[in-house]
Amino acid sequence: MTFTERASEQLSQLDVLESHAIFVLREVAAEFERPVLLFSGGKDSAVILRLAEKAFRPGNIPFPVMHVDTGHNFAEVIEFRDSRAAELGVELVVASVQESIDTGRAPDLGPDASRNRLQTVTLLDAITAHGFDACIGGARRDEEKARAKERVLSFRDAFGQWDPRRQRPELWQLYNGRVRPGENVRAFPISDWTELDVWHYVQREHIELPPIYFAHRREVVERDGMLLATSRWVRPGEGETAFTETVRFRTVGDATCTGAVRSPAATLDEIIAEVAAARVTERGATRADDRFSESAMEDRKREGYF
Amino acid sequence: MDLLRFATAGSVDDGKSTLIGRLLHDSKQIFEDQLAAVAASSRKRGHEGVDLALLTDGLRAEREQGITIDVAYRYFATPNRKFIIADTPGHAQYTRNMVTGASTADLAVVLVDAAHGLREQSRRHAYVASLLGIRHIVLAVNKMDLVDWSESVFDDIVAAFLEFSASLDLQVTPIPMSALRGDNVVDPSVEMPWYKGPALLSYLEDVRLDDVAPAAKPGRFPIQWVVKPRPGSSESRGYAGSIASGVFAPGDDVVILPSGLRTTIASIATFDGELDAASAPRAIRMTFVDELDIGRGDLVAPVDDAPEVTNSFDATVCWMDGAPLRSGARYLLKHTTRTTPVLVRELVHRTDVDTLVAEPAETLDINEIGLVRLQSATELALDPYREHRTTGSFILIDEATNATVGAGLVRERATLGA
Repeated sequence: MTFTERASEQLSQLDVLESHAIFVLREVAAEFERPVLLFSGGKDSAVILRLAEKAFRPGNIPFPVMHVDTGHNFAEVIEFRDSRAAELGVELVVASVQESIDTGRAPDLGPDASRNRLQTVTLLDAITAHGFDACIGGARRDEEKARAKERVLSFRDAFGQWDPRRQRPELWQLYNGRVRPGENVRAFPISDWTELDVWHYVQREHIELPPIYFAHRREVVERDGMLLATSRWVRPGEGETAFTETVRFRTVGDATCTGAVRSPAATLDEIIAEVAAARVTERGATRADDRFSESAMEDRKREGYF
Repeated sequence: MDLLRFATAGSVDDGKSTLIGRLLHDSKQIFEDQLAAVAASSRKRGHEGVDLALLTDGLRAEREQGITIDVAYRYFATPNRKFIIADTPGHAQYTRNMVTGASTADLAVVLVDAAHGLREQSRRHAYVASLLGIRHIVLAVNKMDLVDWSESVFDDIVAAFLEFSASLDLQVTPIPMSALRGDNVVDPSVEMPWYKGPALLSYLEDVRLDDVAPAAKPGRFPIQWVVKPRPGSSESRGYAGSIASGVFAPGDDVVILPSGLRTTIASIATFDGELDAASAPRAIRMTFVDELDIGRGDLVAPVDDAPEVTNSFDATVCWMDGAPLRSGARYLLKHTTRTTPVLVRELVHRTDVDTLVAEPAETLDINEIGLVRLQSATELALDPYREHRTTGSFILIDEATNATVGAGLVRERATLGA
């Protein structure tokens, strides 16, 4: 049989996205001295971990995973993080925001304040301490308008800063992985995936997720139009009352600024139907940190945020 | 469901961001919080109504200056297809950004402002798209509302565009529209009964691109990563990568380039198991019947249809850096998964992107395109870009700054080694 006569496989768009993400992971592993996979315990990083298995098995996954821990966690997410890391046999690095505060590297905003922005200090310190030159993350361009402009391999200078006006041109699939000591890149293998693609992939691949993504009863308070789970750090303030609601989380982040949505979706099918019909973006619905201004994400990224 | 990637090109005021905003809005892909943010932002800037362009201009400087600076990627899906839009700016750094956006696109939407008629830039758009291997062009004649929906205005623009694109091997689909009013973007226009063709979205949903699919071409598999099985595993050493073009199967006789070693494929697998055959762009792991000294940067190809191996070749280069390209300069060249030092032996000529005239030149400045004769330190397995996007393309990197300074497209086989 000659090559041209042979019928080609029919690859779905999810297969194409998967292959591209695996390609990016292998490029990062091959071109960098010390890459690390940033793992938050959320759905996007769970997907990246599965993609890493697909890229490197039957060999070892050639990088550690790192969690930038704000200390304001959902217990379910930490359990999930530890069990996944153990299953995969990868080294888990935990970079602690609390430690950054205790050592005076980051300001103490009080026990209840969001530590989302402080993560940047902890992240950049951990990058320096471990000598990481590439940080693999689960960010997607459909999440936010500044992210829509970011490269798959996004260069950061020695101060960790992103300069959106001086990005390296990124052509074909020829990723330029060259950095000088102290500089790093952020690599985003699922840049071209949408929220719905992620859920379809979770379903197709039977990827385990923390239970808080699925509908459950939980005590919440309503604050700035968002439902925040009550916890050690989130208590009803003046004029607020805690109440129990059937909710789920569309994103997983710092517990003080990640909102829940009212939802009866308890299965993957129900979540996919809900996401497909959603009229509000996942960050708009659930992230207080992006509501400050039009440029909140761009500003955080310029400082060195994920 | 399949995937279509397209790039948009247009001059500053042709209404490109408005068109994309309209496409997303009318296909119900814009979320309430995004629309509310855009409405608030429009009011703040004193615009009438909702300025859909603000949806795609994601950076603060873009919103402040009302221009698009950098390529932005947008996503939407209909029940039939998922779309990835590379929205390329019409302002500064134009050629560089369009080359970037077009490098991963299957199709280009070129906007023309009906009220202005065809401009010089339209020639550049058609040329860059054609250069980057795009065969399907939608000529979106926008702002038809400003010319009273005139069929003759539309016909004149189409005729002029076809005249200068005739030599470029493009399939052009002209569509008259008004992005501002939504005519022929998602919904068919009632204002132009003389136009019998599809609206833009239904064209994008139906267009077949099988003729340019990489899977239909001869096999090319660049090795990206060597998978060493964990100790105690019964697995053999595998060679991982993504198939650039064609179909591979166990039993195929292949040649490893540039070394020229020959072997036979023993197995092809993914994490999910072994495959009888695999096509582009699948990410796979391949094993061979022989133990060979091969690794990252090597290319696997069928023995009877392999690319040429050379260290001296001609390429069309689009320059992307503030410091110009000169004869005698050295750069790093990344081709598939191989990076090698390269010497610019000669700048043969520069092409004026507006007139397509080749002229002698001492340098290639930023946003200029020219023919360059290169010599690489190690041999490369090269295909002409027109035949193979992946094995016919490379980037040039400045060793001092690590910046990506040029995009290269390998010329026809006949000129190799010339």
